[in-house]
Amino acid sequence: MSPVPVTHILFVSTALFFIGMYGLFTRRNMITMLMSVELILNSVNINFVAFNKYLYPGKLDGIFFSLFIITIAAAEAAVAIAIIINLYRSHHSIDVEDAGELKY
Amino acid sequence: MNAIIFSALSGVAMMFTGIFTTNKSAIRNVAVIALLGLIIVNLLHSYGIFVVRVNTHSMLQFETFGLFFNTLVFAATLLFVLLSGKDVTNAGTYGAEYFALIFFVLCGVSILTCYNSLLMLFIGIEILSIPLYILTGADKRNLKSNEASLKYFLMGSFSTGILLMGITLVYGITGTFSIEAMRPAVSVGAPNYGILEPVGLLFIFIALLFKVSAAPFHFWTPDVYDGAPTVFTSFMATIVKAAGFVSFIRLFDARAIEMGISWKIILPVIIIATLLIGNITAVFQQSVKRMMAYSSIAQAGFMLFAVYVNNDMSKEGILLYTAAYSIATIGIFAILTRMKDITFDGFNGLAKKHPVLAATNAVFLLSLAGIPLTAGFFAKYYMLAAVVKENGAGALWLVIVAVLFAAVSVYYYFRVIQAMYFKEGEPEITEVSGGFKTALVMLAVLIVLIGTFPSALLNWFYF
Repeated sequence: MSPVPVTHILFVSTALFFIGMYGLFTRRNMITMLMSVELILNSVNINFVAFNKYLYPGKLDGIFFSLFIITIAAAEAAVAIAIIINLYRSHHSIDVEDAGELKY
Repeated sequence: MNAIIFSALSGVAMMFTGIFTTNKSAIRNVAVIALLGLIIVNLLHSYGIFVVRVNTHSMLQFETFGLFFNTLVFAATLLFVLLSGKDVTNAGTYGAEYFALIFFVLCGVSILTCYNSLLMLFIGIEILSIPLYILTGADKRNLKSNEASLKYFLMGSFSTGILLMGITLVYGITGTFSIEAMRPAVSVGAPNYGILEPVGLLFIFIALLFKVSAAPFHFWTPDVYDGAPTVFTSFMATIVKAAGFVSFIRLFDARAIEMGISWKIILPVIIIATLLIGNITAVFQQSVKRMMAYSSIAQAGFMLFAVYVNNDMSKEGILLYTAAYSIATIGIFAILTRMKDITFDGFNGLAKKHPVLAATNAVFLLSLAGIPLTAGFFAKYYMLAAVVKENGAGALWLVIVAVLFAAVSVYYYFRVIQAMYFKEGEPEITEVSGGFKTALVMLAVLIVLIGTFPSALLNWFYF
């Protein structure tokens, strides 16, 4: 059995990235949008680990970077949940369409 | 290094201050002392004295430009705290925590001014952004503030995703995060992804354009600036935006050759689009706060010239621009927080009732418009002169377009001056103390001084 080539993994991560982007633009539920952001960040993680494993196996740069991304994604999610809860308290809904105070 | 460590520690110290005291003036005093300390340790670093020695493994590279920029930003923050410290503590329920978050933002700024690795760029941008999401939503009971912070978060994390995707692509090709381009010997069996590096760099630039709110990616700016509490808008529009530009310049410095000629075509398009959208939309605004948001987009167009050309003069230009723009904007927003009605009509007849406020506000607005004898004039002059110096007469059309848009900007800045001086009205204004007026006058004097002797500031840079 031949090993999985790097391009296959890149296809997966690119697909995840664009699924996340699609979700961010089409979904109107704040939690789903947050999940889409996480999808984008995780697709990047896959990319980093794959590049590191296949192209630069001697160093650990990519893996370190993905550790930083995981940490910062957690911090971001904490802040995002706080914002969403605060909005839910005032609107009683987590639909972004209901948050129409700022017209653009 | 001193600044990074000290600003993070000051942030933690501010949080503890919030536990031990609820006295607002004590909190402000601690913040002012910490900022003074920050400026001092940063200056010590410029003279080669380190508080802590850290081996950064060349992830950070300290240069005079970055260090001087740090000093400038810390000084601007000090002015900001001296002038609007009261509004910071009154923006929501937790006074000390807002100062803590401001210090964390400054930590992000000091990383962004000296990063040498894409990893540090990412971390710096995140340390800068996450506290800002919170500061935008600081006014918990205000719906607009909440929505602005949600919008800022969504746009910010989206641009972070794009930035990271760009970094992975660059990493995949070069195998390094160092911004000094190092093409590795082609690793064994690696296929040729020739197109990936330009695409990766393009992604990184799109993300940075988001952060500095340049034209096609500016749409979040007016809403976020409008919704956020006015004090924090002033902080975001000045200090944070300038830091975004410095990170942009550092990246362009290192990678300009690789990107080749195409960037010399794309960037002018972005600059002109930014100037066009910022200036033309600002003309039609009714609220001064929203007008200032659009004007900050327009000013970003001018600052982008420092990215377009990369020489000593453009670096001097961005330093002057940061100083001039920050001081003027901080002053205008400080006056705006005192107004009950923030539309243009709210300023009617301000000159009769509060002559000091009106006069200083006029100086700030003149500086933003770039009238001679104010700091804004030399800031714009250095930018445009740098373009001509680099590209000769070929870039003259770009300079002419920029000057025309600067003339458009005069229109909406002068609307405020006209309302203050030539219209009758009863402006409603909250109590202003003598200290506030003195601080405003000092800022105005500073603007005129920089406008008369710009070399004084710049000599200090070379000192």
